[in-house]
Amino acid sequence: MSEPAVQPRRGYSVRTLPGFAVMAVFCFIALYAPIIILVVFSFNAGTSLAIWEGFSLRWYAQAAANEAVQEAAVRSLILASIAATVATVAATMAALATTRTRRFPGRTMIYALINQPLMVPEIVTAVALLIVFAWIKVATGHTSLIYLITAHTAFCIPFAYLPIRARLETMDYTLETAARDLYASPWNVFSRVTLPLMWPGIIAGYMLAFVISLDDVVITEFVKSAGQETLPTFMLGQLRRVVTPEINAISTVILAAGAILVSLFFWLSRGRK
Amino acid sequence: MKMVAGQELGTTGMAVNSDAVAEEPAVEARRISKIFQGETEVRALDDVSVSIRRNEFFTLLGPSGCGKTTLLRVIAGFEPPTMGALYLAGTDISRLPPNQRPVNTVFQNYALFPHMSVANNIAFGLEMLGKPKDEVRQTVDDMLRLVQMEALKTRRTSEISGGQQQRVALARALAPHPEVLLLDEPLSALDLKLRKEMQIELKRLQNETGITFVFVTHDQEEALTMSDRVAVMNAGKILQIGSPQEIYQHPAERFVANFIGESNFLDATLSGGTVDLKAGGRYDVTVPEGVAEGSVSVLVRPEHASVRSGPAGDGEMSGTIETVVYSGEATTLHLRLATGEPLKARSPNSPGEGTLPGQGEEAAVSIGAGAVTVLRD
Repeated sequence: MSEPAVQPRRGYSVRTLPGFAVMAVFCFIALYAPIIILVVFSFNAGTSLAIWEGFSLRWYAQAAANEAVQEAAVRSLILASIAATVATVAATMAALATTRTRRFPGRTMIYALINQPLMVPEIVTAVALLIVFAWIKVATGHTSLIYLITAHTAFCIPFAYLPIRARLETMDYTLETAARDLYASPWNVFSRVTLPLMWPGIIAGYMLAFVISLDDVVITEFVKSAGQETLPTFMLGQLRRVVTPEINAISTVILAAGAILVSLFFWLSRGRK
Repeated sequence: MKMVAGQELGTTGMAVNSDAVAEEPAVEARRISKIFQGETEVRALDDVSVSIRRNEFFTLLGPSGCGKTTLLRVIAGFEPPTMGALYLAGTDISRLPPNQRPVNTVFQNYALFPHMSVANNIAFGLEMLGKPKDEVRQTVDDMLRLVQMEALKTRRTSEISGGQQQRVALARALAPHPEVLLLDEPLSALDLKLRKEMQIELKRLQNETGITFVFVTHDQEEALTMSDRVAVMNAGKILQIGSPQEIYQHPAERFVANFIGESNFLDATLSGGTVDLKAGGRYDVTVPEGVAEGSVSVLVRPEHASVRSGPAGDGEMSGTIETVVYSGEATTLHLRLATGEPLKARSPNSPGEGTLPGQGEEAAVSIGAGAVTVLRD
């Protein structure tokens, strides 16, 4: 028993479980091999997705010059920014209401309702939105980006809500009580103590919502009006026609952007501790 | 001056001490009840009345769940009382929110703001009160000096030790110079040595600032060491209020006696102002209110019972030594009296002395005058 306590006893180590290493390697291959292939072929000089013909940035150049890609990318970014912002504000308020109030009847119910979009199959929501928005579009004749913004905001809320709520739950409520005790008005308690402390949760929620919005295909496909392609729906449309490594190039850019965003968040949250 | 809980908690609830000074009490709770509605109704405070004097170090002592922290939270304004009223220097503050009460709290886990420096933590209350910047800076420096933390002014609160956090929490709560400082078991997270140091430190701070301290603890030794007066609580009620000496030497009831220090309970018969112990001996006693003549239970502290070898003489109790426990500064003898009652007797050890009877020996026990206390069971 003289072994240090941190070292789990040999018999309990998952590493010695039979097949564990094989399973782990298999999972990582299944996860990352296709992505690596996709990235590699985005640099292919030829037009094939299967035969390597040398290194080139031609598909990046082509994608960047493609007006349809530019337009879709800008639309995606506008959509994701607005939807993530509105969703984060709503999620912050919801998280405060479900963690910083006395337990009230139906609190669990509200929690379930907020997370409903995670439970309902996306295709069902998509069809439902299609029908409702079709009525409104017919009735008003209005076809701006507002429908997509509304839909994206709605399904982004639970994704923003979860990290914010998780953050609030790890925050000691006594801190806010202490601020109250030290003559802070309710607004000052929020702005001087609650908000600064929940900030990492809000940033995480925002980034998650942003990425989810940027990535969405199903609901977007059903809700968008004619000509309102986002990057993912544009790519889907392209796949129905000719498949060139241009798709790989766009995918790689999105992948890189996502990776940078996530790394940035980790870096930020570590710096705060 | 004997103070007995019955007087303090008169049915009118107006806590009037016969020896209270004429000035307005710092805090006065009048018939406060706090009921928590949940699956079952919990009466955390049950008709509690107490009057805390100005500049007093007042301790609420009791086991966990006795309502002491609830009473503190009611005074701070974190919990509204279900019934009753709370007065601060004569003004009814029952309905004031915590940020409008000139009362500050030192929390059990300190509750320092982790995103602020030590200095900013201390400045918080002053800033919220809208004090001018110069005054805030000056007071923060004064407070840092008071708790000897000048060197760590710019540190984050996560970068300092538990004892240092404790000092910052004190400085933060004292900085706005509240009428009353509430302390919720602030020493419980510290190790023994540090705790002893902080006990002295707290007394010093209270003397230097002249602020009324209301201290909550379940540690009887801490309560006796630091307090001017102690209120012993159990099951949402205050059982007795008095100086540490009164509480220790003349507990009003068995719970108080048991909770504070070690106790022997002996059967006796009360008549007039004297008790006859069943095991032998007659003693003059003070009879608390509400105790009838006849069969009673009395308290004898182990250090007030002295033991010698040999058969019992007149007015002594006879017994047999069952166990001898040596604990450094004292030796405790566990006896079985002739009546079958157990008794602990403790005598201090001094060099050259070795005359205590040993295990199995017959012994005679005598009790010092005034050391027998009649209990209201």
